[in-house]
Amino acid sequence: MAHVARRINVALVVFLLFYLVIGLLQPNYLEPAGAMNFLRRAAPLAILAAGQLFVLISGGFDLSVGSLVTLTVVGGSMLTANDPGNTWWAIAALYATGLCVGFINGAVVAYLRTPSIIATLGTLLSVNGVAMMWSGGSPRGYLPENFRMFGRLVFHDVPVVKIFPAAILVFAVVWALAQWGLHGTVFGRRVFAVGDNARAAQLAGVQVASVRIAVFVISALAAVTAGILLGGFGGVSVDVGVGLELQAIAACVVGGAQLMGGRGTLVGAVAGALTLTALFTLLTLLGWPQPLKETAQGVILIIAVAFGAWRRRRTG
Amino acid sequence: MRLFKWIAPAVSGTALAIAAPYAASAQNFDDPREFQAARDLLKMTPSGPEGKPWEQNLGGKEVDTSKYKKPGPYRICFSNAGVDNPWRVVGWINMQAQVDVLKDDIKSFKAADAQGKDDKQISDINAFVQSGDCDALIVSPNTTAALTPAVEAACKKLPVIVFDRGVLTTCPVTFVNPVGGYGWGIQTADFIVSKLPKGGKVLALRILPGVDVLETRWSAANRIFKENGVNVVGAEFTGGDNAKTKQIVEDYINKNGRIDAVWMDAGATAVAALEAFEDSGQPYPIITGEDQEDFLKKWKEKGLTAMAPTYPTYQWRAPVIAAVKVLKGEPVIGPTWKLPQPVITQGDLDKYVDDKMPPLHYAMCGCKDLPGYPQRWGGK
Repeated sequence: MAHVARRINVALVVFLLFYLVIGLLQPNYLEPAGAMNFLRRAAPLAILAAGQLFVLISGGFDLSVGSLVTLTVVGGSMLTANDPGNTWWAIAALYATGLCVGFINGAVVAYLRTPSIIATLGTLLSVNGVAMMWSGGSPRGYLPENFRMFGRLVFHDVPVVKIFPAAILVFAVVWALAQWGLHGTVFGRRVFAVGDNARAAQLAGVQVASVRIAVFVISALAAVTAGILLGGFGGVSVDVGVGLELQAIAACVVGGAQLMGGRGTLVGAVAGALTLTALFTLLTLLGWPQPLKETAQGVILIIAVAFGAWRRRRTG
Repeated sequence: MRLFKWIAPAVSGTALAIAAPYAASAQNFDDPREFQAARDLLKMTPSGPEGKPWEQNLGGKEVDTSKYKKPGPYRICFSNAGVDNPWRVVGWINMQAQVDVLKDDIKSFKAADAQGKDDKQISDINAFVQSGDCDALIVSPNTTAALTPAVEAACKKLPVIVFDRGVLTTCPVTFVNPVGGYGWGIQTADFIVSKLPKGGKVLALRILPGVDVLETRWSAANRIFKENGVNVVGAEFTGGDNAKTKQIVEDYINKNGRIDAVWMDAGATAVAALEAFEDSGQPYPIITGEDQEDFLKKWKEKGLTAMAPTYPTYQWRAPVIAAVKVLKGEPVIGPTWKLPQPVITQGDLDKYVDDKMPPLHYAMCGCKDLPGYPQRWGGK
């Protein structure tokens, strides 16, 4: 029994607990449609967390993802210029931008030996600056419907679940790809090796620099994907990405990832993202005043992470 | 749960107490006298040139400015609190365009952007005063109490004109501002009360707590809702974020089955709130937004029951006009110059909807006659 209990991710338990309370307060969350809506709401953060997890496991941080989400939404509206015909190449251009940002992050960390927390803080500021300059500090256009469908479209009359948001499909694809990449490939094992002990990995023949660049590229591509979903859901806004980088890191840590690298699971990161989303939803449903909500968020996060660390020490 | 109810006010009270020194000052955001004063102002007929509300005034007296008279053209300086939101972006463009209109009288126009920081704005003002390059100084204060000493010091050297947020001194020649937050709350709540079916549910969406101009909008509206026994099912903070707004509204629709009206303290996320109704398959609510183009466009397209209060961006034109008048020795309205604060109703909606303008352009900009319209404001 103890052996089984040890393998269950703590975030998953906390999430189910939160969700149960949400269901008690608001029974329609327990119906299939309510659950689907919840998953759609959690999808962008879960995607960001999945990307962030690669960087965390390799022993780094990626603080630039929030600003990249903003750039994706703002850039999407500027590039499409209200014409649905522009959507596809605009999405391609946004992914290309993400690729560049990730590559620059990785290269700065790998070759200039800059700590990633500083390197990506710099990227955060510059990417935000670019988004602000491009838009003049205020949205300059709308996103066409076919761009927005990834985050907004909902299939109705689906058997069993009744409704099925397109965002969940996107999330499922990202999850499958990330799961395979991290836990099913040689590359994934190298990410763990670099995070555990970069020197040892290098001596064992791992090209540490290319692994570092790859993880930042993965995180940036995840950020562009999350940006497309968020822009689709809510429309254009210049502060859509604010604070998301820390939420993504928090989700991974709640899910059992270690900040110093070398440890973490994708299931944990996704469960962490679901936990955070459940927490935000719960606090809204309770109708607490804003300052208390923020305090509660912080306290619960610390408790969850401390509990995870304590359990790890106990069980080894 | 009872315990929570007790803890909640205590904790938030403490949080507010900690935050208080950073707020403008310990102000009363729900002052019955201010509420009544705003009601009276809204009933007044403005005086001044027809069709130019930025030159009109609601009551107020003229002050003599002959002691500031000097030969032109003039050097005007402007200390700006910031251009960190779309409202200020539109206003700032209005102001620059107004300077272009008066270019025969204005030799130079220097502006300093305080980027939302009190200390930066204090040093900006000091630098302007000491430079000797300014004949008049316009100030849009970042916060009220913190900027008061700097403005008082500037008053001793040159004529000062304050607009938007005020300062705690009457030393400026004039303080230009519209009716204000109480007026906004009155205009919007009166509309909802007049349209709401009996027992209808109202959801209030607010940006964030603790900002005077936003707090007074809510306190005035809430006073009217209470007086009329309106069922306000919630007042939530959205942080001005579209996605968060949409999620909150979805939660309320799920919880209450139906929401009949949405009241907003600012309109930037009005379209997101409406989309939550669309995506839930619900009829549109009665809604009060603001004069942003995206909301006006949606209102027209969907035939909503709506109105748009304004905190008019045309007020950015008035201080430039006032500064030139003061330096010419012509009288201006002071020490407080109240501008009219119009609302957009169904009747004049068509006048303000403009597909060519960007989504968060403020339609009540009074900028159509200014040079460079519409490209300068991001229009096509």
